[in-house]
Amino acid sequence: MSLAVRVSPSSHPVVQALHAEWTKLRTVAGPAWLLAGVIALTVAVGAVAAGAAQCPSATCGIDPAKVSFTGLYLGQAAGAVAGVLAVGNEYSTGMIKLSLIAVPRRLTWFFAKAAVLTVPVLIASALAVAGSALAGLLILRGHGFTPAHGYASLTAGADIRAAAGAVLYLTLIVLLSLGVAAAVRDSAVAIGLVLGLLFLFPIVASVVSDATLARRLQQIGPLSAGLDVQATIGVKALPLTPWQGLGVVALWTAGPLLLGALALKFRDA
Amino acid sequence: MTTRAVTPYRSQTAAGRESFWHLVHAEWTKFRTVRGWMIAMIVAVMAITAFVFLASNVSSSCSGSACPAPPTGPGGEPVQDAFYFAHQPLTGNGTITVQMTSLTGQAAVGPSQMAPGLQPWSKAGIIIKQNTSQGSAYAAMMVTGSHGVRMQWDYVNDTPGLTGSVSEASPRWLRLVRDGDTITGYDSADGTHWTLVGTAALPGLTSTVQAGLFAAAPSNGNTATATGIFRHIGLSWPAARWTGTNVGGSGANGVAVPGKLRQSAGAITVTGSGDITPLAGDGSVLSVQRALAGTPIGLIPLIVVGAMFITAEYRRGLIRVSLTASPRRGRLLAAKAVVIGAVSFVTGLIAAALAVVVGARILAGTGVPLWPVPALTLARMVIGTGALLAVAAVLALAVGTAARRSATAVAAAIVVIFVPYLLVLVPPLLPGHVGRGGFGGGGLSLVAREWLLRITPAAGFSVQQVVPQFSQVADASYSPNWGYYPLAPWTGFAVECAWAAAALALAFYLLRRRDA
Repeated sequence: MSLAVRVSPSSHPVVQALHAEWTKLRTVAGPAWLLAGVIALTVAVGAVAAGAAQCPSATCGIDPAKVSFTGLYLGQAAGAVAGVLAVGNEYSTGMIKLSLIAVPRRLTWFFAKAAVLTVPVLIASALAVAGSALAGLLILRGHGFTPAHGYASLTAGADIRAAAGAVLYLTLIVLLSLGVAAAVRDSAVAIGLVLGLLFLFPIVASVVSDATLARRLQQIGPLSAGLDVQATIGVKALPLTPWQGLGVVALWTAGPLLLGALALKFRDA
Repeated sequence: MTTRAVTPYRSQTAAGRESFWHLVHAEWTKFRTVRGWMIAMIVAVMAITAFVFLASNVSSSCSGSACPAPPTGPGGEPVQDAFYFAHQPLTGNGTITVQMTSLTGQAAVGPSQMAPGLQPWSKAGIIIKQNTSQGSAYAAMMVTGSHGVRMQWDYVNDTPGLTGSVSEASPRWLRLVRDGDTITGYDSADGTHWTLVGTAALPGLTSTVQAGLFAAAPSNGNTATATGIFRHIGLSWPAARWTGTNVGGSGANGVAVPGKLRQSAGAITVTGSGDITPLAGDGSVLSVQRALAGTPIGLIPLIVVGAMFITAEYRRGLIRVSLTASPRRGRLLAAKAVVIGAVSFVTGLIAAALAVVVGARILAGTGVPLWPVPALTLARMVIGTGALLAVAAVLALAVGTAARRSATAVAAAIVVIFVPYLLVLVPPLLPGHVGRGGFGGGGLSLVAREWLLRITPAAGFSVQQVVPQFSQVADASYSPNWGYYPLAPWTGFAVECAWAAAALALAFYLLRRRDA
């Protein structure tokens, strides 16, 4: 009697890696719960913030998109946990050794993991942002955000850009977290670093009294730069243009991803 | 071949007699021998002290030398002291009594155009003041635009008297009695039945002081004046001529509109602008509280370590050994809480003491007006910061026990403590002005921000507040951005403690219920 080992037909190793990572992601309950948490937190907090917002006059100067997306402050934390755990759990459970035996090309494994995580994260982000935008639309009209107060349309081009930018921002933060986790290999330290990085710049910017320095800090901080892409009013006064803001976040994501990839390649697992 | 008898190890502690302090000692040994955790404590101290240099690097908001420092009151606090004063000298003890029949006001509606408009804190009444220089000691009885009769003294004190506004039909009688360095204020609706409003001790008051009538109106962004009509003026000393003085002149710290004194048969009319209050309620006055701006950043490593203190045991399986050694699970959790709380308290204490000492020195050198902070308040601020960090770390430990996963626990603890604080720092956009911090437009309203600081663990930051809030300061914006919190210092801390207690209770329950 012979033991037949069935190896999947000779598909490309990258496809195999992607398939394996997708199976891992799909069959563990954690990521699904976390992504559900991203959606729930973002929409719930956004709805509460919209409920608390009032625009009593034409000069209230409140940005309806930013109010609707207030929930991203919390939602991104859940997203960051998802990103950190995607790699952190491999290390904490020792799975990493098995994974690297299965896919000895470490960068292939790493980027397959990142790519596989990106798809559900993009979908969850889109749902979270769409939910918050919808809640904002329904609530804010009744709170003085009317054409009479200068809010002609809440679904103009700028609003669509803000929503698309918010989706991309959230996705980039998840990938940033994944990169940091790969670099430090410990989930707790990684999440502390990610949230510290996100929240450090706004805190620093709020205490420096030099306006130029404060503006510079907002240009380089991932959280404040990411908020620029969500702005729909006063765009000219922003420290960066909306897409530049998203570009800064993308650079912040590329750095840790690169660092994580290098650490993975040149370090014992 | 020889066989050697081996004496098996026997613990010195009798079974079931292990003391709680042994457990604490064991946990402390675990803590101190993990290098990363000790480093995290040092990082926390460094983060908090590094912020001192950022936060203390302030410069006066006006350029050049054309920016006089504000006067300071008897307590050393920066004050606004500008009003119109119709006065005469009073030597020794004496009493001044007046009947007020009217308080009206004018407010600017355009360049050099005034329209009737009384500010809520426009005021006119009688005052006994050391002299006519700014910042000198005083006590005053006054009628106000919409806050009734008040007695105020030495800038920071304010006591309400009769309510309602003043008119011909309902006049207000005011009286000040000077006895040495004590001044007592009375009010009355009819001039016969008097009610004590307040007693002011003005230590160091010289024998000769200036007593008389005054009027002031806070500008609220627009120039305003207040006019009071005084009748039945009764002085217990031989009356002299009234001298009119614009206290503070009309410079940067002085009155916006020079005042007027008109005397007619049976009545004196006094018109003035300016205000007599502490300078508080906005960003113009700083305090050493600024030196602690890095506390939330220092909190992050403490939260990480607090959560890992237990989640690392789950990850490594050490929890089983720990629970074998101490089968009473609640005691293990308590020992861990004691250790992480004490370590975080000491860390916070060292960081805050360093920050306050260095920050006070740097801020004093910048020349910006600084709110004087008594030693006791400084001690509360430093000890409070240690306690704030300790409770936050215990909260993280409890969340870690409940979640058992590092990343989830750390993120949850940071979200409940830190994100409310961050949302509070994001101010709403004011028209034509990109908010401080530049987040303009996305901020929550002041009301929403204050609620966040009442009900979330971020309320604990209240222990750092040192500048009091004064209800009598017109147009004060006691925004959290300027370091004002809606709760009293220890009340806010109690809210944070309640969160930690609730989390510990949940952790205790789950630790006992679940398999380890």
